[in-house]
Amino acid sequence: MYKYIVKRVLLMIPTLIGAAVLVFFILRLIPGDVCELRLAGSGLYADPAEIELCRTNLGLNDPIPVQFADFVWGFFILDLGDSMWTGKPITFEIGLRFQLSLQVAFMATFVAVLISIPLGTISAIKQDTWIDYVVRIFSIAGIAIPSFWLGIMIILGLLIATQKFLGTPWMPPIEYVSPLEDPLGNMAQLIWPSVATGYRYSAVATRMTRSALLEVLREDYIRTARAKGLLEKVIINRHALKNSLLPVVTVIGIEFAFLMGGLVVTEQVFNLNGLGKLFVESVLNNDYTMTQALVMIVVAVFVFTNFVVDLFYAWLDPRIRYG
Amino acid sequence: MRRLYSKIAISAVVGAVLAIGGLGAAQAQKVKRGGVLNLVVGSKIPSYDGHVESTFGMIHPIRPFYSLLIRINPDNPQSPTDFVCDLCKGKVPTGTDGGKTYTFKIRTGVQFHDGTPLTAQDIVATYKKIIFPPKGIASSRKAFFKMVDSVSAPDDFTVVFKLKFPSGAFIPAVATPFNFVYSKKDLDTNGYTWHKKNINGTGAFRFVQHQPGSFVEGKAYERYHHIGKPYLDGFKAISAPKMALRLQAIRGDRASIEFRGFPPKARDDLVKALGDKITVQESDWNCVLLFTPNQKRKPFDDVRVRKALNLAVDRWGGSKYLSKIAIVKTVGGVVFPGHPLAATKAELVKLTGFGTDLKKNRAEARRLLKEAGVKEGFTFDFSNRGVDQPYKVVGTWLVGQWKKIGLVAKQRVQPSGPFYNTLRKTGDFDVSIDFNCQSVINPIADVTKFLGSSGSNYGHYDDPVLEKIYDRLLRAETESDQRKIMREYENRAINEMAHLGITLWWYKINPHRSYVKGWKIAPSHYLNQSLDQIWLDK
Repeated sequence: MYKYIVKRVLLMIPTLIGAAVLVFFILRLIPGDVCELRLAGSGLYADPAEIELCRTNLGLNDPIPVQFADFVWGFFILDLGDSMWTGKPITFEIGLRFQLSLQVAFMATFVAVLISIPLGTISAIKQDTWIDYVVRIFSIAGIAIPSFWLGIMIILGLLIATQKFLGTPWMPPIEYVSPLEDPLGNMAQLIWPSVATGYRYSAVATRMTRSALLEVLREDYIRTARAKGLLEKVIINRHALKNSLLPVVTVIGIEFAFLMGGLVVTEQVFNLNGLGKLFVESVLNNDYTMTQALVMIVVAVFVFTNFVVDLFYAWLDPRIRYG
Repeated sequence: MRRLYSKIAISAVVGAVLAIGGLGAAQAQKVKRGGVLNLVVGSKIPSYDGHVESTFGMIHPIRPFYSLLIRINPDNPQSPTDFVCDLCKGKVPTGTDGGKTYTFKIRTGVQFHDGTPLTAQDIVATYKKIIFPPKGIASSRKAFFKMVDSVSAPDDFTVVFKLKFPSGAFIPAVATPFNFVYSKKDLDTNGYTWHKKNINGTGAFRFVQHQPGSFVEGKAYERYHHIGKPYLDGFKAISAPKMALRLQAIRGDRASIEFRGFPPKARDDLVKALGDKITVQESDWNCVLLFTPNQKRKPFDDVRVRKALNLAVDRWGGSKYLSKIAIVKTVGGVVFPGHPLAATKAELVKLTGFGTDLKKNRAEARRLLKEAGVKEGFTFDFSNRGVDQPYKVVGTWLVGQWKKIGLVAKQRVQPSGPFYNTLRKTGDFDVSIDFNCQSVINPIADVTKFLGSSGSNYGHYDDPVLEKIYDRLLRAETESDQRKIMREYENRAINEMAHLGITLWWYKINPHRSYVKGWKIAPSHYLNQSLDQIWLDK
């Protein structure tokens, strides 16, 4: 098992290097640069000499191999450099957003698990009854409805409903406060995007739970358990559910990794100062250093999450052993 | 007699009612102190240095921490010529010595937020950084001060600017809202890039914190030099890139105001939802959308084709209809409409494409195209910026206008980065959307856009005649001379050479919560952002 862990950790390195090379060169294929946008982007007069000076100061006039060497070296010594847009250290900028993105990812995952496992289980047990149909409609709606649209509807719904029933429109807070500082304020902001995202996320997991459980319930050992006279509740909870969770865990793991930096539109809708919003801004601003760093972080999160999911498999299913 | 007594009695009653009403109004307008103003800002702060940055994303949250030497009158921001002292005292000086010397008397008793007293040396150091920056130090608006020869401080409370030649563009340039006054001590001790990441000003508010991507917070500065102000306890500028979110924030009272502006539909939605809880202020905007033919490409090197493009456009009709869906409205020439140097309507209609007989204009356009050998159905590439308001709206409208004279414009919409690259670097377009946006209305500086030698001109042409006219304009001393030469400039740029096509001037719509008082809309989202005159009526 330890050999497997070491092998997986070492395999992460070429993956990260490959991603680094790809993102570096792809970014430089996009026309335009951060200096143009910063100094001339708002339409005001911009002296071409000032734009050129900005480019020189940011190293954009250096030869591409020099820029690449700087980037790779910085990556290896874990110095991500400064944002080309703000001039502030990237670790500082990302650190601020990381906390929020992580919290939303956890909350959405919690919502998703809370919804998907019970609903998926009920739907499988009560297959082809009206309960099953209701759950299936609920989960298909979750897949069909974009989470950002749901987010917009939530905000509008809150505004309209509170104005109608309370006389004053209310919407969630639009600036982040840490849960340690103000737990209620933090919840008031983050519960809505977590529900909007968690619902969509749960839809996939519900369908997966249902189909995986249906498959397991048809296994011989389940028939044997029933023949032995075990209670249905015991059969489901102790025997069937655990064995059906493998694919569900995969789905939840992949979705969690996606939530870290992937909630681009949802963060815009709720004005969350997360990694997704930072990602969009960095790309739009042609902020090479920030975009490169964010891509590498997302790649690292994905690779690491997949690794953890694989290890989790081994715990869930004793038959799985890595050599 | 009875009739006379009745008249006197009625007059007395009416007078009493008016007096009571007036008193009531005065009482309703009595300033209330306290409260925190929450505003939403649609752009991200690059750095805090006003001398380098050009975005309103920096001005809205950071300007309140700084003062200027002079500024537009916050009680009369619509006036393009009403400047008042901020750190100077008395009236804004007029030029002496044939208009080549400007002497400013500086207020006494002003302190920076760190307690350092402000003197004339700070103003001199600031303007030297702006006008004569050391090598390697950026200064985005030094070109506005080409006329300045030197700036000095003969004593601790006097600043003297010496100009190379008299120029009507000097005072508006000084009033530019980006000219934050820095402490000489900070510049000498910490260098010329310190203000990119640090704030120490003399503004109405002290810097509290900046959570990048989230908000900037300031609290009232107790030693502000405008005694009795600010009225607010503080402000919070919340970053919100999406327009829909900013609108919802005002509706849900998470923010009270947004200073850039909303399109007409957004205004209507807010008013419908909140009624008298929303106040709407509207104004012409010192920003105009243009189209720029690339004169390095055929057939746009032919003045007849450029004139035809102009003649096709129904500006008067466009103003009526586009103003319902976009942030554009006023028909104007090269100068901001309403400025003393701007063309009157009678003068405007004489410009190519500004006449009111659209049929005649378009017939003339077709004739010119035929004469230039451009066939019906000629297709060209039209580069536009991927921003809805007002670029895509106006761009799509222009495509329709040119179709009316048999031209087919293939609109190529790109995100901002690639669009600027096309416009400024590669020049890979036939015709491009273009714009001329400025802060303080400074027509003599603003119209340099039309000069081939200008760094912000992308038409790829040289026009020595226009350059000569501009040189005379720059040196004209009286307003009447400036006006006369401006008409020549306009005639050359638009009528004779049709270098650029003016579409419509932008229109600023600012709906805000009615309890926000004291702020008056200015013709630019960069202006009147000190927040020192704002109070909350709640």
